[in-house]
Amino acid sequence: MNAKQIDQQTLLKNERDPLTHTPVHLLSLEGVGKHYGNIIALSDVTMAVDNGRVTCVLGDNGAGKSTLIKIIAGLHQHDAGVLNIMGEERKFSSPRDALDAGIATVYQDLAVVPLMPIWRNFFLGSELTSGFGPFKSMDVQKMKDITLKELAEMGIDLRDVEQPIGQLSGGERQCVAIARAVYFGAKVLILDEPTAALGVKQSGVVLRYILQARDRGLGVIFITHNPHHAFPVGDRFLLLKRGKSIGYYDKKDITLDELTAQMAGGAELAELAHELEQLGGHGDIVKEVKAEVADVADVAEASRESSPRHA
Amino acid sequence: MTQTLSKSPLPVADERIGKRNPLQKLLGRPEVGALVGAIVLFIFFAVVSQTFLQPASFATVLYGSSTIGIMAVGVSLLMIGGEFDLSTGVAVISSALTASMFSWYFSTNIWVGVALALLVSLAIGFINGWILMKTKLPSFIVTLATFLMLTGLNLGLTRMIGGGVSSPSISDMDGFAAARAVFASSVRIGGIDVNITVFIWIALVAVATWVLMRTRVGNWIFAVGGDENAARAVGVPVKATKIGLFMGVGFCGWILGMHNLFAFDTVQSGEGVGNEFLYIIAAVIGGCLLTGGYGSAIGGAIGAFIFGMANKGIVYAQWNPDWFKFFLGLMLLLATIVNLIVKRRAELK
Repeated sequence: MNAKQIDQQTLLKNERDPLTHTPVHLLSLEGVGKHYGNIIALSDVTMAVDNGRVTCVLGDNGAGKSTLIKIIAGLHQHDAGVLNIMGEERKFSSPRDALDAGIATVYQDLAVVPLMPIWRNFFLGSELTSGFGPFKSMDVQKMKDITLKELAEMGIDLRDVEQPIGQLSGGERQCVAIARAVYFGAKVLILDEPTAALGVKQSGVVLRYILQARDRGLGVIFITHNPHHAFPVGDRFLLLKRGKSIGYYDKKDITLDELTAQMAGGAELAELAHELEQLGGHGDIVKEVKAEVADVADVAEASRESSPRHA
Repeated sequence: MTQTLSKSPLPVADERIGKRNPLQKLLGRPEVGALVGAIVLFIFFAVVSQTFLQPASFATVLYGSSTIGIMAVGVSLLMIGGEFDLSTGVAVISSALTASMFSWYFSTNIWVGVALALLVSLAIGFINGWILMKTKLPSFIVTLATFLMLTGLNLGLTRMIGGGVSSPSISDMDGFAAARAVFASSVRIGGIDVNITVFIWIALVAVATWVLMRTRVGNWIFAVGGDENAARAVGVPVKATKIGLFMGVGFCGWILGMHNLFAFDTVQSGEGVGNEFLYIIAAVIGGCLLTGGYGSAIGGAIGAFIFGMANKGIVYAQWNPDWFKFFLGLMLLLATIVNLIVKRRAELK
């Protein structure tokens, strides 16, 4: 029950990439920050991503998760700190730049174009062509075959690759986007809240694809606000709050309860219980929340005692 | 869901795919509503008018359709790409005026003017697209502004240079005969004169369909119209695609402008206002979604054909052409409703 913060210096110095055994990380951030005008969206964030590892970024709404992925995905540029890809300092000027560096992002809402057939979506932006010069045309049959095969390998058994992707369920759409990133040789896969809009069963399916991507040797960045989704698949956990890192843990050093407690913040839950009581909330529910508060307080207390809080 | 997770190789026939017969598949295409409308209209005019089915009158119908259809090709692609252009009608005239006024004023060979007109047309398209991408304003506003400016420029510059409301006649200038042969001649097929614009129209539709269905750029056009942000996120060059679409419209406008110029040898500087709607109507009747991401070039061609049939059919049926606009409005409404119903039906099945 003692959560140990990863000492970031040792982490960056001593950990070796598990696949290539080189001392550099596939992707690492050191003290990265970003402000929009006078609003500081993100400050001093340090994290690392390796082949065959899942790094989870946890935080509530407005914690800076989106800003963080936008920096890594090339939609925004950071204005403090260093972003390293394979030990080389980079600053992406466009999503295309990040894609070329092997970083693929699967966005929660803008993963696909709903009206277009699945195979057109799968190859969008990286279409296969044959022929020369002005007569270059798409190799439609090959693209359809590959789409069907790749999705089957990810365990998605499709009915018809010609159907508009909008007809698939939310989970299936996420999976098509993941399969696409894997096929196009992504080294780093960023998943932006892939389970946020999904039911329990569908979330489970997506989590399984995350593990499949990991087992194929990708470095995965999994962004979520649900510790119950993050804990079973994650190897490292970065907790964000109000644009700052409030903790960075290795899986062996933290339990699900501790993670949840860190995420929720015991004091806030207690306040919620109080508020619900005042509003005449249902007795049972209030009791439940109170019980949870007690739990969280215990855990939080324990973790606070055992480790100096990271600034 | 558990079924979709099974890692077994794909079954030969999936029990979840009901037998989808070819007819239903055909009904899922964007241009089907328009095709049904075109057939109905064709039968209707064939019944009420004896002259409608004669080859010569049919060639006239095709000619009328082609003058709308050439522009409808570019406009359809643009609408699939999620934008539309209100400046097309007057941009056609701008192109024709450029060619004629420049060659006349500087006494050059006609072809110099024709080449310059192509540059001007492409530039108008580029400017439309560029302003749109820079300002992120709706295309309605941007192209409405260019529409007004071009209307003014057409009138103002023509009066300033030529001193009238129409361009001077250029029929006796070098290169006129050759240019006329390219842009405004007729081809004799089986004893009937078919205007060359009909063939240009068909060729443009074929090229546009190929681009849309079989090239990367076609994939990008669907994507930028369907979901611009998703397209950008996977690396589609959104700005270049949209600007290119506007320039494609400009190219179509140049062809039609040259046809207008060499068919009549002078151009009225105030013409073209209102035509932009005809092109948009043709595309919409043809099944292009106003919101982008769905449609076809063939659909736009069928829309233009419906327009041509209604336009000339009323004359052949010896009705008062005053009714034409009413008829056009009705067609637009019916066609879009049919489109909607057909599309929903096809998607449900």
